[in-house]
Amino acid sequence: MKEFAYSRANGVREALVMVAEQENGRFLGGGTNLVDLMKRGVEAPDLLVDVRSLPLAGVREDDDGDVVIGATTTNSDAAAHPEVRRRYPALSQAVLAGASGQLRNVATVAGNLLQRTRCAFFADLSTACNKRVPGSGCAALAGVHHNHAILGTSPSCVATNPSDMAVSLMLFDAVVHYETLDGEGEIPLSRFYRPVGDTPHVETALPAGALITSVRLPRATAGERSRYRKVRERASYAFATVSVAADLEVRAGRVHEVRIALGGVASHPWRARIAEEELRGGPAVPERFRAAAEAELAAARALPHNGYKVTLARNLIQSVLTEIAG
Amino acid sequence: MTTHPQVIDGLGATPSIGSPRTRVEGEDKVSGKARYAGDVQVERLAHGAVVTATVARGRISGIDDRATLASPGVIGVIDHRNALRLNKETGSPFFGPDGQLQLLQDDRVSHGGQPVALVVAETPEQARAGAELLRVSCVEEPHDIAFGPNHQAVRPALTAFGPDADKGDLEAELAASAVVVDERYMTPAQHACAMEPHTATVWQEGVVLRAIDSNQAPYGVAATLATLFGKPLPEVRVQCEQVGGGFGSKTGVGPQLILATMAAVLLDRPVRVALTREEVFLTTSARPRTDQRVRLGADAGGRLRAIGHEATFEISGKAEFIENCVEIAKTLYAADAIRTRLSVVPLDILPVASVRAPGTAPGSFALESAMDELAERLEMDPLELRRRNEPETGPVSGLPFTSRRFQLCLTEGARRFGWAGRDHRPRRTRQGRLLVGTGMAGTSFLTTAFPSSATITAEPDGTFTVAIAAIDIGTGARTALRAIAADALGVGWDSVHLKIGDSAIGPAWQSGGSLGTTSWGWAIVAAARDLLARLESGPALPVSVTSDTTEEIMSRPHRERHSYSAVFAEVTVDPATGEVRVRRLVGRFAVGRVVNPLMVRSQLTGGMVMGLSIALQEEIVHDEASGRHVNADFADYHFAANADVPFIDADFVDDHEPDDPLGLKGPGEIGTVAVAAAIANAVWHATGKRQRELPIRLDRVIED
Ligand SMILES: Cc1cc2nc3c(=O)[nH]c(=O)nc-3n(C[C@H](O)[C@H](O)[C@H](O)COP(=O)(O)OP(=O)(O)OC[C@H]3O[C@@H](n4cnc5c(N)ncnc54)[C@H](O)[C@@H]3O)c2cc1C
Repeated sequence: MKEFAYSRANGVREALVMVAEQENGRFLGGGTNLVDLMKRGVEAPDLLVDVRSLPLAGVREDDDGDVVIGATTTNSDAAAHPEVRRRYPALSQAVLAGASGQLRNVATVAGNLLQRTRCAFFADLSTACNKRVPGSGCAALAGVHHNHAILGTSPSCVATNPSDMAVSLMLFDAVVHYETLDGEGEIPLSRFYRPVGDTPHVETALPAGALITSVRLPRATAGERSRYRKVRERASYAFATVSVAADLEVRAGRVHEVRIALGGVASHPWRARIAEEELRGGPAVPERFRAAAEAELAAARALPHNGYKVTLARNLIQSVLTEIAG
Repeated sequence: MTTHPQVIDGLGATPSIGSPRTRVEGEDKVSGKARYAGDVQVERLAHGAVVTATVARGRISGIDDRATLASPGVIGVIDHRNALRLNKETGSPFFGPDGQLQLLQDDRVSHGGQPVALVVAETPEQARAGAELLRVSCVEEPHDIAFGPNHQAVRPALTAFGPDADKGDLEAELAASAVVVDERYMTPAQHACAMEPHTATVWQEGVVLRAIDSNQAPYGVAATLATLFGKPLPEVRVQCEQVGGGFGSKTGVGPQLILATMAAVLLDRPVRVALTREEVFLTTSARPRTDQRVRLGADAGGRLRAIGHEATFEISGKAEFIENCVEIAKTLYAADAIRTRLSVVPLDILPVASVRAPGTAPGSFALESAMDELAERLEMDPLELRRRNEPETGPVSGLPFTSRRFQLCLTEGARRFGWAGRDHRPRRTRQGRLLVGTGMAGTSFLTTAFPSSATITAEPDGTFTVAIAAIDIGTGARTALRAIAADALGVGWDSVHLKIGDSAIGPAWQSGGSLGTTSWGWAIVAAARDLLARLESGPALPVSVTSDTTEEIMSRPHRERHSYSAVFAEVTVDPATGEVRVRRLVGRFAVGRVVNPLMVRSQLTGGMVMGLSIALQEEIVHDEASGRHVNADFADYHFAANADVPFIDADFVDDHEPDDPLGLKGPGEIGTVAVAAAIANAVWHATGKRQRELPIRLDRVIED
């Protein structure tokens, strides 16, 4: 682990200046991902600016009735908030399905959005990884890729985004708010994560040095019946193999509104817009759910050892929608 | 000395054996007072950080340590160019010279993660920083980690644990059988995953090499260390006050101790080497992958005519080992023909060694899955199939059994589980989106005792000091041995002081092979018996007596001595996602007389949790391309989390081992055995699909 400086910021602007002035300064949330990667030498910042003392924690409702989750709110607090639980239950469920109680108590919402992939080769400096060292190659393609992506991959990278929270945020069309020295800005989550292409190291559209200040859940997308289901290799404390966040409104046996997001299948939480389109207006029956899932997954490209994820994603979409349709 | 010792029957006023006493160091452990090898304070202590190879096979072509030596606090770098030369013959009595002990002896790299250097510095952080700066160049060579029974290098395993069984004519009996099962079962490499990472603190005191080390065998480790470094045994002393689990991975001299010893000698400083979790995975031994073929033949009534069990496992080219998968095929069931074969495939992997229930854990998965398949083909209750094949004497040896309680385990387990009335056909129970199934399996587990010595001193104040080079790795041995001593001396618990965890006390067996308490308990009983005889003449106190159980143990009659278990499991399977969850586990165990029911139950329960993990989660993943172990941490190497562990009912049946002076058998490992087969059989019962490869991952279960 490289030596680094640590400081605590008391104001947003102070934090932005501190990071801007350092060649390789980084914000520190709960540190549950960044510090692990520093220990392995994958990340090597010169300065950590601890943002947990900034006045950014807490969940509130804004004037439009949107729910705003402050960037430094812990995962636990976000999941436990009554408005989140009532209006966005899939978000609460997703957060609680992630990591462990101890980790959720320190991990922040912004940190969760920016956590890096769990691909073993990304974390191992002695192997090739285009995400870590652009142009060095991808050891996962010919190596262990049992838990790698099936959608939106490229020959450069097949890593997945491991966040549970982000899958449900994608479902609810959340908006990421940030600040830079040039002022405030916002990016819808649907445009927040960049396609892999041949630049897997460029993960988000967040401007350099930007501090995430909050994540906003629009009032219009609230879904009290929404659900999150995570499939994993043990009952707790494991990253998703595949997960599904879904919301469905059925009127007179027909799909009135539907939203589906998948986790564990791509470099970012995957909004299943093809499946949604297939379903809208049609009968709300398991066969249609399955067919819609198949339509979404037609573009899936499996590697030798992760083909089961295509079946799993399809089955899970069908199962969760069937469950919500009741 | 008598050759058939009397059973001690809880003589003293307050018999200690059988009392559910909490462990004596429990409060120290929960309050943080307990001292492990990494906690000991030593003046001028330096710290070593290990550098491991990133290739699976090759030759070190250069080591550039300039940046490391210039790094703050770094005292020295030890690698193959300046390391102490070690005695190449050092090894184990069973397996011969052990190449894994030969650290830093040459420029060869023979597995990924092999230690190639130690960087020593004033603080652990400085050592780690220095280690990261060390530039090790390797000329990589093609590696071979592709395991399989048809590998060109396959050859017979050593026979130190007994010859292959060749009873009757297997092929003829199979041909004459009404029903035959012939299937292949595979199990992955697994790691012991003890909570305490391997740590050693070593210093020189005059000519004596002193070590505090996390291990399962202070005396054995000291003896091996002395041989390895060419020192007389009295000049090596290994102590371990508390050890945070071992599960086999700490039975030998670990890399932490070899490297710390080299550094302490070369740099003339006390040195501590504490492995990181990743290094524990990469440098301390694992359970080998196995590939097993089981053939069973039975007549229409379910009477076994043939048992064929051929198992192949991987080893490293550097060290022999015996993963005795076929052990229970020789003892559990009667059959006209029994044939076993054990083969090895040497590969470029970390040397393999004992992980809790070596051999029987993977072996019972194969044999007991095959028994379930046989029951299916016979359309018979799998429990009933096991009833019909109870042997009168050792099925291969012909020797009498001492105390065979397998049927009792089956009966008691079945009753507690509610097995009666089970519909034996698969895929009959659905609850919502889940399929539900039940399964069972059983096992035997070899029990014996190994020679040990104990010294008991009658103190002038009326108390007794019992010293034995035993070790408590979290099993409760300290508490159990004190109870045994109190009863053997006929005094109350408070009158006994116990000293363990020090090689200087004298020869004693390890905490391993489920033989710790039996071996140590016997030595304590023998010393107490002799001491009580001495005290009859009213000598001046203190008076000490030292026992040596070699002769008593060696002169026991040849007989089949085993523990037994029956395990019952209920599982749910979501066929859409392949997720398997265990709802209920019941185990009934015949483990001889129970010294402390609290601790034995907790041993068995813990063993069953490990068995559950073996069934569903545990698997060392090697990257074929690089030949390296890629899931070397607790986020990626999965074992059961709390949420995976259901209600577990582990209990004992009445049992007593007549060939042991205390009536003991060992409960340490048997809990781990048979669970994977019971769960796999339950998954079949739920889904109708056999699971012949562990772990039962969701991608192996998911339905289209
Ligand atoms: C063993 C283990 C198991 C886990 N299991 C799961 C799981 O099952 N599901 C799951 O979803 N997650 C899981 N996690 C990951 C966990 O959720 C993340 O580590 C956590 O959410 C990251 O939050 P943090 O605040 O600690 O981020 P940090 O580690 O502090 O930071 C992560 C990144 O975000 C940046 N950052 C932090 N705050 C800001 C800000 N305000 N503005 C801009 N950049 C910022 C940092 O610079 C860094 O790059 C697991 C983690 C561990 C260690």
